[in-house]
Order: sequence, then C-alpha cells, then structure tokens
Amino acid sequence: MNKELDNKAYLGMELLRFTTAGSVDDGKSTLIGRLLYDTKSIFIDQYEAIVATSKRKGDDYVNLALLTDGLRAEREQGITIDVAYRYFATPKRKFIIADTPGHIQYTRNMVTGASTANLALILVDARKGLLEQTQRHTFIAALLGISHIVFCINKMDLVDYSQEVYDEIRVEIEGFASKLDVKDIQFIPVSALIGDNVVHKLKNMNWYQGATLMYLLETIHIGSDHNHIDCRFPVQTVIRPQNNAYHDYRGYAGRIAGGIFKPGDEVLVLPSGFSSKIKSINNFERELQEAYAPMSVTIQLEDELDISRGDMIVREHNQPHMGQDIEMMICWMNQKKIVQNGKYIVRHITNEVKCVVKEINYKVNINTLHRIEEDKDIGMNDIARIRIRTTKPLLFDRYTRNRITGSLVLIDEGTNETVGAGMIL
Amino acid sequence: MISYSITHLEELEAEAIYVLREVFAQFDNAALLFSGGKDSIVVSHLARKAFWPARIPFPLLHIDTGHNFPETLTFRDSYIKKIGAELIVGSVQESIDQGRVVEEKGYNASRNVLQTVTLLDTIEKYKFDCAIGGARRDEEKARAKERFFSHRDEFGQWDPKNQRPELWNIFNGRKHHGEHFRVFPISNWTEMDIWQYIYHEKIEIPSLYFSHQRKSFERDGVIMAATEFMQLKDGEEIKVRTLRFRTIGDATCTGAIISKANTIEEIIQEVAAARTTERGTRADDKRSEAAMEDRKKEGYF
Repeated sequence: MNKELDNKAYLGMELLRFTTAGSVDDGKSTLIGRLLYDTKSIFIDQYEAIVATSKRKGDDYVNLALLTDGLRAEREQGITIDVAYRYFATPKRKFIIADTPGHIQYTRNMVTGASTANLALILVDARKGLLEQTQRHTFIAALLGISHIVFCINKMDLVDYSQEVYDEIRVEIEGFASKLDVKDIQFIPVSALIGDNVVHKLKNMNWYQGATLMYLLETIHIGSDHNHIDCRFPVQTVIRPQNNAYHDYRGYAGRIAGGIFKPGDEVLVLPSGFSSKIKSINNFERELQEAYAPMSVTIQLEDELDISRGDMIVREHNQPHMGQDIEMMICWMNQKKIVQNGKYIVRHITNEVKCVVKEINYKVNINTLHRIEEDKDIGMNDIARIRIRTTKPLLFDRYTRNRITGSLVLIDEGTNETVGAGMIL
Repeated sequence: MISYSITHLEELEAEAIYVLREVFAQFDNAALLFSGGKDSIVVSHLARKAFWPARIPFPLLHIDTGHNFPETLTFRDSYIKKIGAELIVGSVQESIDQGRVVEEKGYNASRNVLQTVTLLDTIEKYKFDCAIGGARRDEEKARAKERFFSHRDEFGQWDPKNQRPELWNIFNGRKHHGEHFRVFPISNWTEMDIWQYIYHEKIEIPSLYFSHQRKSFERDGVIMAATEFMQLKDGEEIKVRTLRFRTIGDATCTGAIISKANTIEEIIQEVAAARTTERGTRADDKRSEAAMEDRKKEGYF
C-alpha cells in the first residue's frame, strides 16, 4: 500500500473497475505485475512466496502470474481458470482489476469480467499487430458496453521503440473499432517488461507525447458512466419495522439503477401504475436531498401503496419498456447447449420469471463479427442473437441505455446454474 | 456543474448493502457469521444500515473455538446488546465432547480446522440456507476466486472449479434442498478500505486492535500471545511486549505485531506503511500453500 495515502484524500477517492484482455504471450501478467509493483502494491510476503514457487518450478524469472493464480489446479497446470480480482490504490483512485484468463473459456470469463468494468485494457503485441483475438477482445468489450477501451501496444522494446510500427497498428485498430459502438478509445505504446509508459515515462519513446497508462487510469472521466437521465428505482425489499418508534414506517429499499431522485418528486410505480410523491430518501439515519446511481437507499412515498420486490419506481414521462417478448444478444456459459423452445428461469434486476427461447436469429463469429444465420447451434462461449418470451412482463431498457435494467441472466431449471448472460436490444 | 459521482467507500458500501438486501429477499433463513473481528463487525454495521429503521433480520452466528481472547467475548456481548441482535453460538468444545471431532495434538494444535464441522453442524441444526461472511478477496489468493454468492453442496463443500458465473449485479441464489450459500458482501473491500470505513463511520472495535502490553512469545517468526491454550517449546521465552493484533481469530493461530498504534488514525498509517499482508500473521494459513483453499472446499468460512 502506498505511503502517500493520507486519510482525507483516501476518503474522497473514486473507484475505477477495469478488466484486462490479452493472450498468454501478450505480457498481460507482466503488465499487471508492473502496475502493482510500481505502485508498491505487492507485499513482501506475497512476493517472497512467488519467488520461492518460481524457483521451485525452475523458472528463470519471477512469474508474476503466480500472484493471481489462486487455486491449486491453476498452479499445478500453470493456467488461470477463473477471473481473479486484484486491488490496488494510488493517491488518486482505488482500482479493481478483473483479470481474465487468456485461453480457456475465454469468452465466458471476459464477459464476466467486463460486466462490471468501466474500462477495458486490451494488450496488443507490437510484433504481431492486430490479431483475430484483438478483434474478439474489442468486440466483447463493446458488446458489454464498456465506455473506455485502452489499447496497450506492448513489447515496444522488441520493435526498437518504432513509431512507424505503433502508428500502423493504431490505424489498423481504429479501422476495425469504427464498426463498433465505443465512446472512448485510447492508445499507448508500452514496454511492460522495462516499465516504459506504464507508471513511469522513460526516454525510449520521445516521439510519444501522450500520457502513461497509470496517468490515464487515474484521470479518465468515469462520473458519467452511470445513467443519470432515466429515473429507475427497482424495489429490492420493503422495510416495515416491528417497533413502536417506527410503527407506520414503510420504506422501499433498493439500489438506484438510473436518474436522479429527490424528495418531493412526482413518481409512478410500475407495473401497478399508481402515482405518488417521494416523502424522503434515506441512507441509514441520514436524509438525502438527492440520490442517483449506484447508491443504495430507502425511499418513503407520501401514499400507502401496495408495492413489493420486483416493482419499479420511475417518472411518469420517462418509463421503461414493458413486455414479454424480449430481443437480446446472449453469451452462452454452459456445457449444455441452448435449446430452441427450451424453458429457462430469467433473473432480471429484482425479478425472477420463467421464459421460453422462441427464436435463435443468428450466431456471431466473434473474430470477424459476421452473422452466421444458418448456425443455430449455440454452445459454451458462443454469442448469439435470440428472442425469448417471458411468463410475466418485465420492465426493461435497452442495454446500451442502461446496463442494470438492460441485462439479465438465464438459469437452468434443473441444475440452477447460470447458463446465459443477456444484453437486451 | 454538479458532479454525480460517489467516492469509492460510498460505492463499496452501496454494493454491500445491495448484496445484504438480496440475501434477505432470496433466502428464508440466513445467519450472519460473527467472530468479533473487524470484518464481521463491518458486515453487521452494513446490515444495520441496509435494514434501518428495522433491526438486522438475521441472527448473528458465532462459531466459538473456546480459545478466545476474553476481550473478544466482552466486546461481542456488549455489541450484540447494543444493536439488539440475536446471538447463536456454535461451540467447538461441544463438537469435541460429542465426539464429532478430535482435538489436534502437538505444539501447533489449533481448533481452527475443527471449526468447519461445528459450523456445518450449526447450519444444519438451525436449517440456515445462507451464511453471510466477512471474507474479502484481497485477503488470500483462494478467496480472490470466490463469488459474492457462493454455492455449497449438501455436504457444505465448495467446488472452486465449477462456480456459477456472476455478472453485473445479478446474483443467483437458487439451490436444491439441503444445499446452502455463503454470501460475502465485502468481497471487494481491502484491509485499508475496512480501516477507513471504521474511521469514517466511527465504528467500535475490540481493544485487541489497539496497542497494549501483553505476555507473548515468538514461534516461526510470528509473535503469539501467551495463553493457557498454548504450550511452549524448549527455547521459547515469554516476554512482555507492546503489541496489537492486525486480525482477530482464535487465540492459538492469531499472531500479533509490535506496535504503538493507539488510535484508528495511527492504525491506518501503520497499515499504509505495512509491507506484509495481514494474513502474514496467521498461523492457520502457513500450513501449506493451499491451506485456505483446502479448508474452504471442506466448508470453512
């Protein structure tokens, strides 16, 4: 942990969640190791443990990947099986890295890591340029609605820190990315091994006038990543204290999914359609003058209404879609393939309903982005466009408009496993 | 222009409260695991906030190894009274008396591993379908792979290679009869976040966390409190040291650090300057590289 952190600064810090993508040889572990090492976030006992393990396994170098490989099977096989979360802080921000493994079940893991990220870090080997897998990583990051993608052109030391090589790759990636919907794309030439342009700027690439990776991570604007326009308050649970002091209290507890709520606001409760006014918004004993995503609060209304989990508090003139036929992109996450006309359980915000898969429109070739209309065979790690019909209407927005009200998962009725991740179109 | 952003502590708090409310909504009979350590104190504080002005809708469950620091029990009892919660104690001593487990022998004997049986027995006895824990992903590398909603089979076991994918803020708590869940609302918090939150929220913690004088001895580079539960080896010498505890667990496996930190601010400065992890003082993790993973698979916290 960094010594310069003082209490007050720490209390005012923002949280940035990012995910990393790259294959084994791109130097992803080295880059993460470099970020942690140069921000003094690796502890002595952790470091000594991996030095000892590296030595025992006969490695020539200290394998920083061992920091993230937490399971016995991962260490034995030298592979990362599952998403690992790592934490570090600088005096400006706190970071959560969702580190996704390079090969096995890549799509499933990257989709999982990307689902909560503000930013995706995609590694590109300067010697190889834009590969199929870079396209795949970029496509998944865009599909999951990540607002910021940073391409780290790594191993610049192996191409003599050449500006031409960097420019060529950059143009190529820009061409590909223009087909996707991403707000903010950045490029940085780095050498994770030497530590150039990661946390510190060395003198090898004087032609590069841009920021270091760390500076970018510390300053990139994430305040507007949440939807502050469409008021959406999904009710998680109703709080009715059984004590005398709060005898008539009825509070609706939930996490704001969008928009800004204030006491006095006229609101509408869905699906019932009753209107009321916000009486108060609380975080524990503290009364709030306004509340917005991603805050968890308790709202009281002026009128006594029958509201329960699954209902949503919104504004009359800005309502979500309500319906039973839902189109989505789905990432399949289970060995058992999707079954056309099969029945699944849907979890969407605070609702759980059943559905049937009505139609499989096409599968996406995630390397080329081509639609394969004749292929309806959707298995593990595939991404497809489908339409489901639910037993009850859901209240939803498009995923691109709101990641919370626009996402859902499908669950197998028999095994209870989460089998699919859906992004509503 | 007004900036609609929140600080990282507010975001972590909002996330934890959301998770606790999901537990209440998705399970019929959940319990909150309470050890009297800082992490479980923070989780119970978050539970108070999540359901205010109602009381915490879960009983607090303490798995008591019988090898406690008296300060922990004193704190536990006064804290429970203050927040008006229900306390359930699962006793390792009882599990030993009933022959469910056998006490370890030798110098490093600890009841830490035995706790798992008591925990699972207590979960079964009270038919809990969910146990909320204060584990954090930054604590230990097996825990870094843990889900917020972590499934346990009918034997209470964790299968780390076959976990359910967890996306966005959607938590799948569906289970078959006899299975249960472990839920970890502060998964994304670091040791520093915990201390900053305790400071910010003025949360009370046991006196063991602050510097004090204590009879202690050194074993394998770790300073251990001299208690009736510990047997000295030849050459180990009891001395009075000025120390404090960075984590609090069973007295036989929790090491102390030499420290003069007497306030939360001083502790924060110490944590910020620390070059070893907090579990570096835990004898229970030093048994092998996969000590935590192995215990967790069996159903440990």
